[in-house]
Amino acid sequence: MFNRRTIIGAFGAVALVGASLPASAQDMYIPLISKGFQHQFWQAVKAGADKAAAEFGVQVTFEGPDTEAQVDRQIDMLAAALAKNPVAIGFAALDSQAAIPLLQQAKDRNIPVVAFDSGVDSDIPVATASTDNLAAAALAADKMAELIGGSGKVALVVHDQTSRTGIDRRDGFVNRVKEAYPNIEIVSIQYGGGDHLQSTEITKSILQGNPDLKGIFGANEGSAIGVVNGAKELGKTDLVIIGYDSGAQQKQAIRDGVMAGAITQNPVGIGYETVKAAVAAAKGEAVEKNIDTGFYWYDKTNIDSPEIAAVLYD
Amino acid sequence: MSNAVSQPVTSPFARVSGAQHRLLAFASLILLVVVFSIASENFMQTSNIIAILQATSVNGVLAVAATVVIITGGIDLSVGTLMTFCAVIAGVVLTYWGMPLPFGILAAILAGALCGCASGTFIAKMKIPPFIATLGMMLILKGLSLVISGTRPIYFNDTPGFTQISQGSIVGYFVPAVPLPNGVLILFLVAIVVAFVLSKTALGRYTFALGSNEEAVRLSGVNTDRWKIAVYTLAGSICGIAGLLIASRLNSAQPALGQGYELDAIAAVVIGGTSLSGGRGTVLGTLIGALIMSVLLNGLRILSVAQEWQTVVTGSIIILAVYIDMLRRKRM
Repeated sequence: MFNRRTIIGAFGAVALVGASLPASAQDMYIPLISKGFQHQFWQAVKAGADKAAAEFGVQVTFEGPDTEAQVDRQIDMLAAALAKNPVAIGFAALDSQAAIPLLQQAKDRNIPVVAFDSGVDSDIPVATASTDNLAAAALAADKMAELIGGSGKVALVVHDQTSRTGIDRRDGFVNRVKEAYPNIEIVSIQYGGGDHLQSTEITKSILQGNPDLKGIFGANEGSAIGVVNGAKELGKTDLVIIGYDSGAQQKQAIRDGVMAGAITQNPVGIGYETVKAAVAAAKGEAVEKNIDTGFYWYDKTNIDSPEIAAVLYD
Repeated sequence: MSNAVSQPVTSPFARVSGAQHRLLAFASLILLVVVFSIASENFMQTSNIIAILQATSVNGVLAVAATVVIITGGIDLSVGTLMTFCAVIAGVVLTYWGMPLPFGILAAILAGALCGCASGTFIAKMKIPPFIATLGMMLILKGLSLVISGTRPIYFNDTPGFTQISQGSIVGYFVPAVPLPNGVLILFLVAIVVAFVLSKTALGRYTFALGSNEEAVRLSGVNTDRWKIAVYTLAGSICGIAGLLIASRLNSAQPALGQGYELDAIAAVVIGGTSLSGGRGTVLGTLIGALIMSVLLNGLRILSVAQEWQTVVTGSIIILAVYIDMLRRKRM
């Protein structure tokens, strides 16, 4: 009967783990179902959620599928989370449509849903905690104007013209330039799918066509790296490059002075605000529909400051 | 569904121990359920049990497909991406071409059978080892799914009945207290049919015979190539059903999904006591194996065990299950 003993022993261990947990069952429980788990960006979101959990005395769990393709795994996670009778749920949908039956179930059971990151395309969430990309890109435009002396030609390399982030970052930058900097001319807006190589080729063709170009804004990590590579390959050193998000390559480009600086979102803030809103919603308090989780400008001078280093990732 | 018992090719010892293993696997499943029920009052709720079964439906069907192939001593690494491919085909037929629901269902299963037939041909006729042939198929189908769909999910909003395949509930219609989703019924149905095929038909007998001693079967004048292709075709059409289930559940064909699902399916097969060296295995065992995996994952989530540890525990259970299998065989 060695086999059976082995098995019983193993499950006994599981039972011990289980027995040690329900001690916190009286806490308010809020699961966060995210779009990912092991990437640095999501770990930063988790860190923010944990911070809020400690502050408000609630129990928070953070889960997400291995890749952003695994829509069904995320749905299973959401189903398990609902089974635990949470007081509220934080959710960043991979595919809003696929999640609707479960979100409806949450609504029917009066469990408030707080959307985070890119949010949930539905009217069920009571609040959405995400970056105000329009305002963030406007800050990039301000910095660009400052660095090129308020006049000259600039261009944009954006990841795409269909996603919410692509549209908002482009419009935020363009509108700010139009209303505040009449002497700056935007000569080209190109889309590279966030792909490093494609963005590199685009950058080179923009620079070929506009030798007197003063600056380029890369609207996400892949685009920004592409701009850096394109400028490098053409030996263009006087170009002002502004990026978005972080990542090891982009941080290095900023340290080396190739990139003037970049906008970073605040993933820690996203996690924190999501839990904060969920707690408020669970208590029946009013919550703001759109929570701006903030963003920062960082460059060579402040990249190592504790405030900035905390929101950057590799 | 005790198909191993009726196999002429398995030894009498294997029969007994096969049953024993299934008993052991079933006992572990019950034990897991009991432990989780004691640990959390939220576990033993109708809605959660249904959530577990629904989470099992896709992996369960894929694991059944993997089982028949593994019994022949082969392996099918393409089950996950084939599932996705079939879902995309259903999307093309129903959403892009606007054809009625039955055509979409037929197209998905047919696409699965065709791809399975292709894998079988590579293996049987071109003598490419199953691991390589199906690895190639896995990548081909992954790519084709992305190409055909234009790397975007295809939604089934124009075919309202489509979500009923997995999310609807015939049982719930008659017994409102138990809204068992149709996807779970389909899993059980697939399992029963395949168990029947394995135990009562010529295809089933040759499936076990191929895994036990292919050379002996060939020397006795049987066209082994034909039967092998038939087995992979059967597995492929089952993957087509899995494709319908997942697409119906998500109300969309998600083209980037699927890779990695073959490993979960194989894990369920192995936990269920099917030998990777072929000739031995049962559908019931696989079903229990798939259930153990979902109960474990769901239970650990209910207990709020950190995600990184959930993975560690799942891995340990797979090794433990196979170790017990090894012990049992050494003792014989």
